[in-house]
Parts: sequence; C-alpha cells; structure tokens
Amino acid sequence: MEEQLLDKSVIETGEMVLNMGPQHPSTHGVLRLKIHTDGEVVSKIEPIIGYLHRCFEKHCEKLSYEQIVPFTDRCDYLASMHMDHAYSLAVEKLLDIELPERVEYIRVIISELQRIASHLVAVGTFGLDVGAITPFTWTIRDRERVLDLFEALCGARLLYNYIWPGGVSHDLPPKFLERTIEFLEYFDPQIDELNNLLTTNKIFIERTADVGVLPPEVGINYGVTGPSLRGSGVNFDLRKNEPYSVYPNFDFDVPLGEGIMGTLGDSWDRYYVRVLEMRESAKIIRQAIEQLPDGDVHAALPKKVRPNAGEVYGRYESARGDVGFYIISNGKNIPLRVKMRSPAFCNLSVLSEISEGWMISDIIAILGSLDIVLGEIDR
Amino acid sequence: MTSIFDSLQITFSGLNLDLMIVLPAIALMGGTVIFLLMAVNALVAVYFERKVSAFMQDRLGPMEVGILGFKGGKRFWGGIGQTLADAIKLLVKEDILPNDADRVLMILAPFIIFTGAFLTFIGLPFAENLVISDFNIGVFYIVAMSSVGVIGIILAGWSSNNKWSLYGAMRAAAQIISYEIPIGLSLLLVVLVAGSLNFGDIVQWQADNRWFIFHSPFSFLAFFIFFISIVAETNRTPFDIPEAESELVAGWMTEYSGFRWALFFLSEYANMLIVSIVASTVFLGGWLSPLQMFNVLPEAWLFLDGPTLGLFWVFLKAIILIFVMMWFRWTFPRLRVDQLMYLCWKVFIPFGLANLFFISLWELLF
Repeated sequence: MEEQLLDKSVIETGEMVLNMGPQHPSTHGVLRLKIHTDGEVVSKIEPIIGYLHRCFEKHCEKLSYEQIVPFTDRCDYLASMHMDHAYSLAVEKLLDIELPERVEYIRVIISELQRIASHLVAVGTFGLDVGAITPFTWTIRDRERVLDLFEALCGARLLYNYIWPGGVSHDLPPKFLERTIEFLEYFDPQIDELNNLLTTNKIFIERTADVGVLPPEVGINYGVTGPSLRGSGVNFDLRKNEPYSVYPNFDFDVPLGEGIMGTLGDSWDRYYVRVLEMRESAKIIRQAIEQLPDGDVHAALPKKVRPNAGEVYGRYESARGDVGFYIISNGKNIPLRVKMRSPAFCNLSVLSEISEGWMISDIIAILGSLDIVLGEIDR
Repeated sequence: MTSIFDSLQITFSGLNLDLMIVLPAIALMGGTVIFLLMAVNALVAVYFERKVSAFMQDRLGPMEVGILGFKGGKRFWGGIGQTLADAIKLLVKEDILPNDADRVLMILAPFIIFTGAFLTFIGLPFAENLVISDFNIGVFYIVAMSSVGVIGIILAGWSSNNKWSLYGAMRAAAQIISYEIPIGLSLLLVVLVAGSLNFGDIVQWQADNRWFIFHSPFSFLAFFIFFISIVAETNRTPFDIPEAESELVAGWMTEYSGFRWALFFLSEYANMLIVSIVASTVFLGGWLSPLQMFNVLPEAWLFLDGPTLGLFWVFLKAIILIFVMMWFRWTFPRLRVDQLMYLCWKVFIPFGLANLFFISLWELLF
C-alpha cells in the first residue's frame, strides 16, 4: 500500500475524490463534503455531517423545561432568538397559557431584528463565497448594531437566553425603541448600497444566476423551507400560512424568487429573497413598535413549568426555515422527549441533488445560497 | 538611452581592472539594487493594500505596530511598522515540508517564481537612462520573463502533493498562458506603431507624437485589454482563481509557509509593480510629464517636464494603476474558471486581433 502511494510514475486519469472540510474556509462550520470530480466538474457530492453533534435531544431528557432554553440558543447560533422563540411557543402550546400582549410584541420585534442580523450574515458570507470580501465586512458592521441592541436588551451578544416559556427575561431597557428606530433609519440605505455593490454586479450575477437551480417540486419533496424554498417561488411562510404570536396584526409581504436574472430558483434568487426579507422585517418592526402595548412581561411566567401529560408540535418560521419542536410530556417538570426539526438539515439534503454537474466553484456558491448553520444540523 | 550597466562599466573602466572581476561586480550591484527594490516594494505595497482595503471596508487597518518608537499618526500612517514585523515573523517561522511532498521541487519552486520576477526587473525602465540593462528587444524580453513564473507555480502545485494545490496550479497554468496572448497582442500594436521593441524608443515616439493611450481609438481599447489582462496575469481578484481562498483554501500555496511563502508574496507584489510600470511606460508616456500635453504652464514650471522627474512620473503612474488593481480586488467577486477562459479566448483575443488589423489601417490612412 505504502509503495503504491509513493509510486509517482502512475498517473491516474479517472475520477478524483476531493475531501472538502471539515476544515475549509467555505463550509460554514464543520461540514465535510466528499466530492467526486472529473477535472473541475463535480459528478457526485456527499455531505457528511455530525462534527458538531452535542446530543441536544438527549440532554433535553435530563433537563427541566426552563433549562433547555440555553441549549436551543446553541442550535442555530446565528439566530438564537428564533430558536428560543420556537421552543417557547411549543412549550406554551403544551402548557396552554395565554401571554400578555406586550410579551408577544416584544418577541416579534426581537425576532425580526434577529432575522435581519441572521440574513446579514447569510448575505455577507454568500458574497465571501463567490469572492467578494468587502460586502461581508459591511454586513458584519451592520449586524454589529443589532448585536449592540441585543446587548442592551439582555447582556449577551450571541446566545441570549432571552425568550422564555411564558415570557421574556427582561422588559425592554430604556431608549431601546428609539435606538431600534435609529437603527432602521440607518439600515434602509445600507441595503441599497449593498445592492449597488454586490446584487447587481455583473460578475456576481454571472456566478450565481442559473447556478444550482432548485425546482419548486424538488424543494418541496426534500422538505426545503424558508428563504431557500421561497427563492424557488413557493409561497410558504409560516408567519402567513400558520400565523403564530401576533403576526396577523402586521402588514407585510412574503418576497418570492422571480428568476429576474436567470432561471427561477437559482442561487441569485435565494440570495435576493434574503435581501428583500430584511426590508420586510424592518417594516414589521416599525409596525410593532407603533402598536406596542404597555403591561407586565412576567405576568404569565409560570413558577414551575409542569405541563400535563401529552404531546405537542410547534412550528416557527426562523431565518433558515421551518423549525419544529416536538415535545412529549409525561406530567413531570422534565420532558420525556424533545425532537427538533432542523430546517438547515433539510435544506442541506438538497445540495447533492441540485449541484451535480456544476464546477467546484459553483458548489461553494450553491452551499452559500442555502445558508446552512452546522450547529442546528448536528444539534 | 544609456543603461546603468553601461555607465557602471564606463566608470569601472577607468580603474583598469580585469573584465572578469568588473562584470560580476556590476552584476552583483545591479542585483542588489533589484532585490532591495523588490523587498521595499513588497513592504510598502502590502501596507498600502491593507490601508486601501481597510478604508474601503470601513475599518482602520493596522494601527498598532510602529518603527523605532514612531507609531504613525492617528489615521493613515498608523501601524506603519506592521509589514516589517510581518516580514520578520515570516522569516523566523517554522519551515514545514509535508511528508509525501516532492522535497526537491517543493524547495525549488518558490525560487523559480522569484527568479522570474527578478529577471524581469533587468529590462524594466524606471526613467530615462535608469534601466539596469537596455535591450533592443526590451518589450519582448519582459513578456518572455514574466511567464517564467508559471513553471514555478506548476512545480509548487504538483510537488505539494495536495489536491487543492494541484487544482490551483492547473488553473494558474491555464490562466497565465491564456492571458499572455492578449497581452502580447496589445503590446504588438504599440510596437507596430512605434516601430521598435525598445522601451526608450517607444517613449521617445510618445514624446514626439502623443501618449499611446490617446493615439487612436484602437490603442485606447488596447490599453484596457492590456490592463485587464495584466490583472489576470498577476492572479489578482477578480481573476484570482488559482488562489481562490474560499474555494481552494490557498490554491498552489496551500502547503507553503514561512520564508518560501514570503517569496511567493514578494514575487506577487513585484509582478504588480512590473506590469504597472510596463503599462505606464508603453501606454501612458512613461517618464513624460502629463503636464507636457497641455502647453499652458509658465516657463518657470517647465522643470516638471524634465528628465530629472522621470522617476517620479513613472512611479506615480504605476502607483495609480496599482491602486486601481487594489480597487478591483476589494470590489469585485471572483470569476469562475470557464468564465475566465471565455473572457480571454472569446472576447480579448478576437478584439486584440481586430485591433491589430485596424491600427494597421489607421497607420496607413493617417
């Protein structure tokens, strides 16, 4: 074997297996891709996951309902608020409690801010994947402002543990709403600037339009959700289709891919849907701030979460798609089983389907456009 | 045009030394000057690039490291010693050679790339009479020497025994060889008009007539083909597919570290300087002052046109071109391999050939 390896006189001309990751600049974490290539062209691609597996679901069987919240933070670390919110919604459904209006509005404001922050990272790193470095630093700069707001809110910048079953940990700090409005005023022109620099750039369009086309039926079959599915023109957003919290009170659109620059459902569409969603989120935040009622945020917070025996499935539209928490309770303060539906996992599963026949550079672009977070895939 | 080599030889001839001593001594002096120029260029250009990128990206760039207690000012000159510190770090870094690498080739490769850049400087004019050795075929020599580096790149990629390196090397080979052609075609156009391959003669022609970029619409187009091609030739974004940090980790440089990697870096920035100086000499009038084009200045200001400031004008033009290359890098995404080849073979080469034909007609008619 050793001799065979060292024998350099034999040059193979067949398929080459390329091992991309787990340590690679563009796999967005610790994803490993086994790529079969013929020259630059990829004939087969096999994602291998599990490098970030932390036994989230097993841990949940040993922890009380409140103690699980910090663990959900660590699933999708780019949209921790969404995970908290999704989990809390499921537990509240199980408890069957009514929340004060103020809590719901605060949650919506925070979730939409989180959506902006998460999409900023997605859009920036997608630019980075196709070689544009400057848009990334710009989006990170803007995300910093959202993180500053969250820091004022709960003291943490990445893993918040803010939204709890039954409420939120603190009421809004003074001046928070003013600062949020200030951020939104600042943020709107930034999107235009990003569009000028990246979205409409000729090279960027060449690299992403028509690349990695996800036909709507394939996306639905694979269970792709979120902006990745909406990029294919499928109008599916849980905030509209199965409204939770106070989302019915707001007027907002669901941006869909239209194939403006190429085919419907290409990487550019998936990217652009995220850009448009940031504007929609800003719209929702403005409305929520206007309608924000007074009240006590801790009113519904149960002293001890001890739901009756039963099971529940809660769905939530996170920045990456449809997050589901399936919780079985046996009447104790510790859940019997918690199962999480990870949107990024389903989104990643479609990668091998849509990226065959493209080049290595395109694989990176397609992967970036699916916007995966490995913490959530591996759990 | 007398070269440095010639003038040194004349100086030494007064000493009545053996030619076998004089020639190596002159060559050594010339070589030292080139090496120092390359090193200083890399230090300054890296600092410049970092600051340019920092200001484009809404950051400050290096701000902490100083030289001899001088830390620089608050804004632009901050962290002036950063690249010097980086260079020292690279020199003392552990030297890593992978186990299965081809050791001889892997050690050899950086030196071949370095040699390519180094040899190019010999024929490069910095000002009137300020060229190490004045060739009759200067343009041809530089085009030939600047493609020596590709051998080193292929060796580096192959010998590293790493798949990413191999990909990078193959991409680099295809890219650099392809983009030689539009570069050659654009330079040929200038040679055709000026009737000489000598840089001195080409600049003299521009002094007698006008800068090449303004000579005709075709030479204007040729400048842009040339400039975009040299960006590709030096492997800079948007044509940096051989390095393609987000795809190929670091391309053909993946397995290199320490001093050997520093040599790659040195050569990359040296190549940037070389191609910018060639572009400014051939198309932008070289050491001719831009003020010369407008006869509006009073007599007392005419010293700005003179040969004394030639070095300044050449470097000013080169630095502007280098800045534009940096601007590209921090603005554009990267092209894909096939798009890069498309641009070269289906856009630049047909346009370059047509250009050559039309400039011949132009010369015939006007």
